[in-house]
Amino acid sequence: MTSTALDFWATPLGWTLITVGQILLVVIGVLLSLAFLLLADRKIWAGVQMRKGPNVVGPFGLFQSFADFFKFVLKEIVIPSGADKVVFIAAPLISFILAFGAWAVIPFAPGWVVSNINVGVLYLFAISSLGVYGIIMGGWASNSKYPFLGSLRSAAQMVSYEVSLGFIIITVILLSGSMNLQTIVEHQAGGFWNWHAFALPTIIVMFPMMVIFFISALAETNRPPFDLPEAESELVAGYQVEYSSTPYLLFMIGEYSNIVLMCAMISLLFFGGWQAPFPTPFLEAWSPTAVSLFGFLWFAIKIVFWFFMFAMAKAIVPRYRYDQLMRLGWKVFLPVSLVAVMLIAAWRVFGPQA
Amino acid sequence: MNGFLLQYLPIVIFLGIATVLGLGFILAAAILAPKAPDPEKLSAYECGFNAFDDARMKFDVRFYLVSILFIIFDLEVAFLFPWAVSLMKLPQEVQPFAFWSMMTFLGVLTVGFIYEWKKGALEWE
Repeated sequence: MTSTALDFWATPLGWTLITVGQILLVVIGVLLSLAFLLLADRKIWAGVQMRKGPNVVGPFGLFQSFADFFKFVLKEIVIPSGADKVVFIAAPLISFILAFGAWAVIPFAPGWVVSNINVGVLYLFAISSLGVYGIIMGGWASNSKYPFLGSLRSAAQMVSYEVSLGFIIITVILLSGSMNLQTIVEHQAGGFWNWHAFALPTIIVMFPMMVIFFISALAETNRPPFDLPEAESELVAGYQVEYSSTPYLLFMIGEYSNIVLMCAMISLLFFGGWQAPFPTPFLEAWSPTAVSLFGFLWFAIKIVFWFFMFAMAKAIVPRYRYDQLMRLGWKVFLPVSLVAVMLIAAWRVFGPQA
Repeated sequence: MNGFLLQYLPIVIFLGIATVLGLGFILAAAILAPKAPDPEKLSAYECGFNAFDDARMKFDVRFYLVSILFIIFDLEVAFLFPWAVSLMKLPQEVQPFAFWSMMTFLGVLTVGFIYEWKKGALEWE
């Protein structure tokens, strides 16, 4: 019985079933956690402004996101008469697909990853670059002035900050010597003093790099204080002005999925991913499943912590002006992260353990 | 199919499932939601008047400039990726050579960066 069962899972059909099951688990898990993180975002924002936030649907407003979802589904899809209809519908789809596709390579716990490719970081970087297309297509297809200007601003902003994100990722690759996300996390094992953000003596360079990565992630996901593409006082809602119903919902899910993905990336690259902040020799006695659950718990805590930082930044920081935004990206972050790449490379080649 | 490509198959399936889910959302609204088209509702959003020309107008040349600069620096990052992985895998006596050759490359780009800074290509006024 056992051997025939094993044989079945080794066949292409069994393998496909397992893979599809894993993917559905990840997709549904991410969607459900997005529903509650979205509520948390609104609650934190409300708390900072001494409001109550959504508190009517369910206990403490816990089901607010689900109520919103049904509201979206029951609303009419308005396609402006001057719009390019195919591109108009394709734009939110692309945003959504790319935002979810990136989760395929995120290791949630030891061994818990849909696709353990050896260029995981490069894949994440590539997918987040492609995210610009959804926004620029949406803005162009609407054939309306506000979305057009909003999408132009958004594209320029996203590409500007992507360069410094790339350089910061290079410093992490130099330290861990691999682009595989599992290897990068395993390299940070043994306590928080081994995490890339805190490891001595590279903390002098890597801690500021973590801060720059966080700020660039805010700009990359169009979050406040860098939400210029949808600055409501001047551009109404930027590239989303003409969208309604589920196409708008897809844009919004894509945006929040990208935010949580950035939180996951900071955790993986700088905060040790699923590693606990203290040495864990007692894990040797545990079963593999328990070890994975233990790791997943830490990873989830780190993601929630970074999401809290995103929400707090939204609540307390005033919006940047566009020229200030471009100056920060090109004249501060780009040179600083370039110098950081040189310093880390020099330390790896000429440093003590080389 | 060999094992190396097989690693990427789950990603393709993942993207496929995401596509189905996204199309499902749009179809759900298309089927369930009411439809009451109206010329005013379907016209492009404007501040209280009818839109009087095509919205895809001329725009600031600085957006082109930013995208050109982005291509240069993003290519630079793309060159750094394989270098960063292989640097520590090289034999120790070759590492300084690998280090200095990349520093020369970065130095050339930095000269270009200083030039465009001085020329004011990074100004946004």
